[in-house]
Amino acid sequence: MNDARSSLARRSFLIATGATALAFTAACGTGTTTPDAKNAAAGTPKQGGRLRAAFAGGGASETLDPHAANLFVDAARAKALFDKLADFGADLAAVPRLAEKWEPNEALDTWRITLRKAAFHDGKPVTAEDILYSYRRIADPKGTFRAKASLEPIDLDASRAIDASTVEFKLKRPYAEFPNILAAFGAYIVPKDASAFDKPIGSGPFSFVSFKPGSSLVVKRNDAYWEGAPHLDELEFVVASEESARVSALLGGQVEYAHELDPATARTHEGKGKIDIVRLPGSAMQGFVMKTDRPPFNDPRVRQAFFLIADRKELVDGALSGAGEVGNDLFGKGYEYYPAGLPQRTQDLDKARALLKEAGAEGLKVTLDTAPAATGFVEAAGIFKEQAAKAGITVEVKVGNKDTYWKDILSSGTFASYRSGAMPIESHISQRLLTGSTTNATKWQQKDFDDLYQQAQSTRDATQRGALYERMQRRLYDEGGFLIWGFADWIIATAPKVHGVSKQAPANTLDWARFDKIWLA
Amino acid sequence: MARVTPHLPWIGRRLLLGLGQTAAVVLFIFALTEALPGDAAVALAGDQPDPARIARIREAMGLDRPAAERLMDWVGGLLQGDLGTSLVSGRPVTGYLTAGLGPTLLLAAATLTLLIPLSLGLGVLAARREGGRLDRTVSALTLAAHAVPEFAIGVLLATLFGLWLGWLPPTAVGADPFTEPAVLILPAVVLLSRPVCTISRLVRAGMIDAMASPYVAQARRYGVSGARVTWAHALPNAFAPATQQLARTCDWLLSGVIVVEALFVIPGLGTVLIEAVAARDLPVVQGMAVVFGAVTVAVNLAADLAARRFAPRSEVAA
Repeated sequence: MNDARSSLARRSFLIATGATALAFTAACGTGTTTPDAKNAAAGTPKQGGRLRAAFAGGGASETLDPHAANLFVDAARAKALFDKLADFGADLAAVPRLAEKWEPNEALDTWRITLRKAAFHDGKPVTAEDILYSYRRIADPKGTFRAKASLEPIDLDASRAIDASTVEFKLKRPYAEFPNILAAFGAYIVPKDASAFDKPIGSGPFSFVSFKPGSSLVVKRNDAYWEGAPHLDELEFVVASEESARVSALLGGQVEYAHELDPATARTHEGKGKIDIVRLPGSAMQGFVMKTDRPPFNDPRVRQAFFLIADRKELVDGALSGAGEVGNDLFGKGYEYYPAGLPQRTQDLDKARALLKEAGAEGLKVTLDTAPAATGFVEAAGIFKEQAAKAGITVEVKVGNKDTYWKDILSSGTFASYRSGAMPIESHISQRLLTGSTTNATKWQQKDFDDLYQQAQSTRDATQRGALYERMQRRLYDEGGFLIWGFADWIIATAPKVHGVSKQAPANTLDWARFDKIWLA
Repeated sequence: MARVTPHLPWIGRRLLLGLGQTAAVVLFIFALTEALPGDAAVALAGDQPDPARIARIREAMGLDRPAAERLMDWVGGLLQGDLGTSLVSGRPVTGYLTAGLGPTLLLAAATLTLLIPLSLGLGVLAARREGGRLDRTVSALTLAAHAVPEFAIGVLLATLFGLWLGWLPPTAVGADPFTEPAVLILPAVVLLSRPVCTISRLVRAGMIDAMASPYVAQARRYGVSGARVTWAHALPNAFAPATQQLARTCDWLLSGVIVVEALFVIPGLGTVLIEAVAARDLPVVQGMAVVFGAVTVAVNLAADLAARRFAPRSEVAA
């Protein structure tokens, strides 16, 4: 096995070098072809080849246990090897995957899932028992898997397998958005009784070949995949935590796909023909959290003043090098149930000053906690400090420890940098904005808001539910604790011969890192 | 040649001292890691810092036990040759070490293989033409090269030879250095760039001193040829101070090459250590501390032995 691997590695090195040479001539010949047009052109997918994809990784501690997924690279690997019952479309609405369909009862507290015909890599069919086993493993009271919080609404003791391809989930309360759980990050389906994942068996489009933690995972095409076999023969995930290394590897032909680039790097190489830059919009919400339960932000007028201080365009241009779009203090721009009709908020320093005066908060001093925990955090903090100074507010930027940042700001401090990956608006609300939410960083705890949420979850009709979501979001827009100034693009780069990369899917949704749909020309 | 007689008590003292040093390093690292903000549970929870979940992770990892108890457990295991298991992955720490050691040793060996002849050659060359154009050029070049940080040299070389000229792989992403040694050339050159400057300057200074010394003059009077005087008589004396620097370079190569490993994506010990610290994966950090401590002690012991052998009268050994 070792020999096979190394000879494969040598071969792909040669192929990659040859391809780079070709790419140069191709770029010279076509000249005006933009990367976008080229990728969008519906060419016939070509079979075969091996693609190497570089991700930022988790180091030598990486595991292939799909339920332990925490990082993007974990999610991408798990997606290649495993399936979920559902996944998120580009608008973050749940799309059926292993579940062929789902039907709720009248009260929305019992859901019947019908499975499609699918098989694990060892040939065994995916059955209702596998589903229940996987969910029970995630939800184990002693366990610590990430999706456990998402699965909380399910009463797994009362849930059962009706037959081999039907599962009935009993819920603890009505939950209209139940399919979001099926698509939750890390809610992968593993074979019944699986507990070791050294050589994982899943039902995904690729099957396991070899794994070196912190370095490389090789998988090969699963010809029996229920959705049709992938185009690639083989796929290798390699790990390079330095962004510059991922770009060099791509430019040097050592990999064909590089995940997560800096906006500045992307701009340097965009349109030069050597590599294609793919920007996935709406992937990362960027903002600040104001703790609404303590001074100075327990006064809604101060929060409103802060909303009016932010020059969003300047923040996007400065902290994200322009790679993104401005936010409107609400999560999930472009997603299902997002109230696009609300007016775009802009900087209004006079009004901000008036509000601060009214609240008796003139000459306010605030500490802004930040850390290099995400792209643009420290830069954005610096820019906001300047903007706030214009309204007479002194912002003291405190740069903290990036490894413990999220815990540090959850309950301490008053004002902090924040970001979030893509998730449905409903999940954002339930995880962060209800009185009992586990990661309520704004300390937004409002009884009537909780009630609106519960009411939405007991509402069958999607239009009526949408109206309830709009009411909740209007409330947050007026006086919430999230100052959301932008949505960063997620930037991916590929070799020009790579086709079929989705340009719409926010990071973490179904079509992101979907290597079974990618082919090499 | 030189007599290697009553060194044993001295070696014994050095070994004991080394053991003590290693133990101190381990305790020190344990205390430092404990003092870091947050623990493995917090680091693992990442951007989902649900307090209940952190508490559960902490319990599952045994982090809720007192620090002294965890340290005792670990030392107990260590005495039986057990380095423990990673908090994050549950895999044995020895696995981490062996995985990281291979690439790092390979890189260090490649660097040293080039470093020793190169810096000796340069130093001797410069010393023989003391004050001449060659000497001045070598001095200027080594000073200039020494002033550039590894990161900058690395980026420059990777861009030039990896991307513009396309002669060498710009990174070691996904490659196995044992089957594709080409990926090690650029990192080795980067690693070489600074030690070659310091060591060649030390050799040059030592050579100039030695060449001016009475015993060299005596050897010349006896009619010993110039080359023989240089290589067999002067160089060993000049090399004694350089061996100490070489030992320091060895330590540095094993534990201090983090920048180069990160830049070229070599999954070596430096990378493993950085990631373990970021994850607050205490057993892995401690295991590496033991290994680094032991290696440092062994390498310095070897250097002292070598220095004594090259120049028995200079009494360089501690």
